[in-house]
Amino acid sequence: MAKYVVKRVLLAIVTIFIITLIAFFTMNAIPGGPFNSEKASSPQVKAALEARYNLDKPLLTQYVIYIKGLLHGDLGISTKTGRDIGETIFESFKVSATIGGMAAVIAIILGIVFGSIAALKRNTIVDRIIVFLSTLCTAVPSFVLATLLLYVFCIKLGWIQVWDANSNNFLLPVISLSMYPMSYITRLTKTSMLDVLGQDYVRTAKAKGVSQRLVIFKHALRNALIPVITYVGPMLASILTGSMVVESIFTLGGLGSKFVTGITNRDYPMIMGTTIFLAILMVVMNLVSDLVYKLVDPRITFD
Amino acid sequence: MSENNMPKKNPLSMQIDLAKFEKATEEEKRQQDVMSESSTFFKDSMKKLFKNPLAVFSIIVLVAIILVIIFAPMVVPYGYSEILKVNGMRDKTAMNLGPMQFSENELKYMEENNVKLFPHIFGTDELSRDYFIRVVYGTRVSLAVGFFASIIVLIIGVLYGSISGYAGGKVDLFMMRIVDVIYSLPDMLVIILLSVVLKEVMGESTGIFAKLGTNMISIFIVFGLLYWVGMARLVRGQILSVKENEYVLAAKSIGAKPGRIIWKHILPNCLSVIIITTALQIPSAIFTESFLSFIGLGVAAPMPSLGSLANTARQGIQSYPYKLLFPALMICLIVLALNLLGDGLRDALDPKLKK
Repeated sequence: MAKYVVKRVLLAIVTIFIITLIAFFTMNAIPGGPFNSEKASSPQVKAALEARYNLDKPLLTQYVIYIKGLLHGDLGISTKTGRDIGETIFESFKVSATIGGMAAVIAIILGIVFGSIAALKRNTIVDRIIVFLSTLCTAVPSFVLATLLLYVFCIKLGWIQVWDANSNNFLLPVISLSMYPMSYITRLTKTSMLDVLGQDYVRTAKAKGVSQRLVIFKHALRNALIPVITYVGPMLASILTGSMVVESIFTLGGLGSKFVTGITNRDYPMIMGTTIFLAILMVVMNLVSDLVYKLVDPRITFD
Repeated sequence: MSENNMPKKNPLSMQIDLAKFEKATEEEKRQQDVMSESSTFFKDSMKKLFKNPLAVFSIIVLVAIILVIIFAPMVVPYGYSEILKVNGMRDKTAMNLGPMQFSENELKYMEENNVKLFPHIFGTDELSRDYFIRVVYGTRVSLAVGFFASIIVLIIGVLYGSISGYAGGKVDLFMMRIVDVIYSLPDMLVIILLSVVLKEVMGESTGIFAKLGTNMISIFIVFGLLYWVGMARLVRGQILSVKENEYVLAAKSIGAKPGRIIWKHILPNCLSVIIITTALQIPSAIFTESFLSFIGLGVAAPMPSLGSLANTARQGIQSYPYKLLFPALMICLIVLALNLLGDGLRDALDPKLKK
């Protein structure tokens, strides 16, 4: 167990280090620097600016400086706005985390509920409807869904204000983000629930005279949820990447849109900061969901 | 009494008395002839696949889409980047027409010359280009990206996985650590970064890259770099179990080389897993491509893709909502059909996987 955890943590650290490498060098390979588009800046000004952000030094030195700062928790200053990257990320992450968190919770709860219903009411009309809708939803990209929701509820019906900077109405973004993971969890829960319901221990429990409800909640569901746990890590990744477009469609200033604008502005510290932050988030979530998976299921051996 | 030549039966013997039986007639013998023609594994699974209504439905949908995208550009007299012209003059009234509408100039032209122009089935876009043909080309691009990206994943994944699984030991350990690292990379972030770089770097190049569209190439490279790891893991797992079989040992003992053993004896036994994974890879590649195009990192204008068409349609959604409908519907239809076909293939090829 301990050996496995150590191995996985080491792997996670290596992964994050590799991501900093990839992000740093691919970012610098993009032609054009952060101060090239600045109009009418004299060469002296440009040189001074580049010196301030250490852009005049060789790439490798820049990388070492950046990693040193990173290890001290310093993510640098944006070349576009001059603000501290750590602060900007923290602020925009609050938005992303709110939407993403709500979407994740909704996806998990509704997915498990629908999946269990579909499995328990197998081959009835309820099952067919749930399977049909969840199959359909896995084929709709989040940006299409977000645009359609925006069109129907904001423009056609006018129930929700379209562009309101102060509005805290996260309903539509959350719906468009949670749809795909929800349908995926529904399908996952259904197959694993059907699998578990055919197991001997469920039959034994039924034969003992355990009530239907207890069989479902105590024996079947707990075992059926094991595969769902493994999906939580990838689900978070899909919600985070999906939020890049959903945030820009609903004009919310979240982390994803910061990443995309960072790329268009060649804002090197911003790209690095958001990439590393998102990468750490995903790697850690994957690690945790893998460890929990192995913890809750003693049948899985550590290798 | 006993007419047969059997020795007299001991009363307690269990021996069967043949006199109690009669020979089967020819007709009765024929009734036992229920042997059908021998069938191969592939034929068997195709039969199963065609019994699955959802799989058949998706095959029909896909074939219909493929026929349309092959033949529509031959029938429709407009180009995907061609601005509509009437009588050789640019038609300024042909912007943002609705489905099946003609512009004023076109109507006038048709009346004067008493000819019929080809209708704009989906209308026109904001630059007076025929929207139907743009959707057709967008579908072509998206399908091509999905298909070729999956082929790249297939080739790299199978090669890597089979070498790693067959070699075993330290080689396997080392190769799998690399896979572990790539597997845990947040793919979308790396894809976006790489496609920005490749787009800019290859944007200036000319020749074959420029012709194919640099972004399409960059998407292939990104897929080739990142998505093969899932396939490699699967193939390795399969090979680890298959290579323990006696027939592999037999092949080894008569001196077959590793390459031949992998190709002739091991890979055919992993074929179902490989086919299923490739089939399910195509929709995920299409999804990724449309996502990239949507945030402006996909194929370069004027070449359309379903994602970039959806993105352009989003900007004019208040006035022309139906323009989002066509590309969006197309993405959903293709992805849905491919997903269902993949599921059907899985059920048909590998009943063990079905739960």
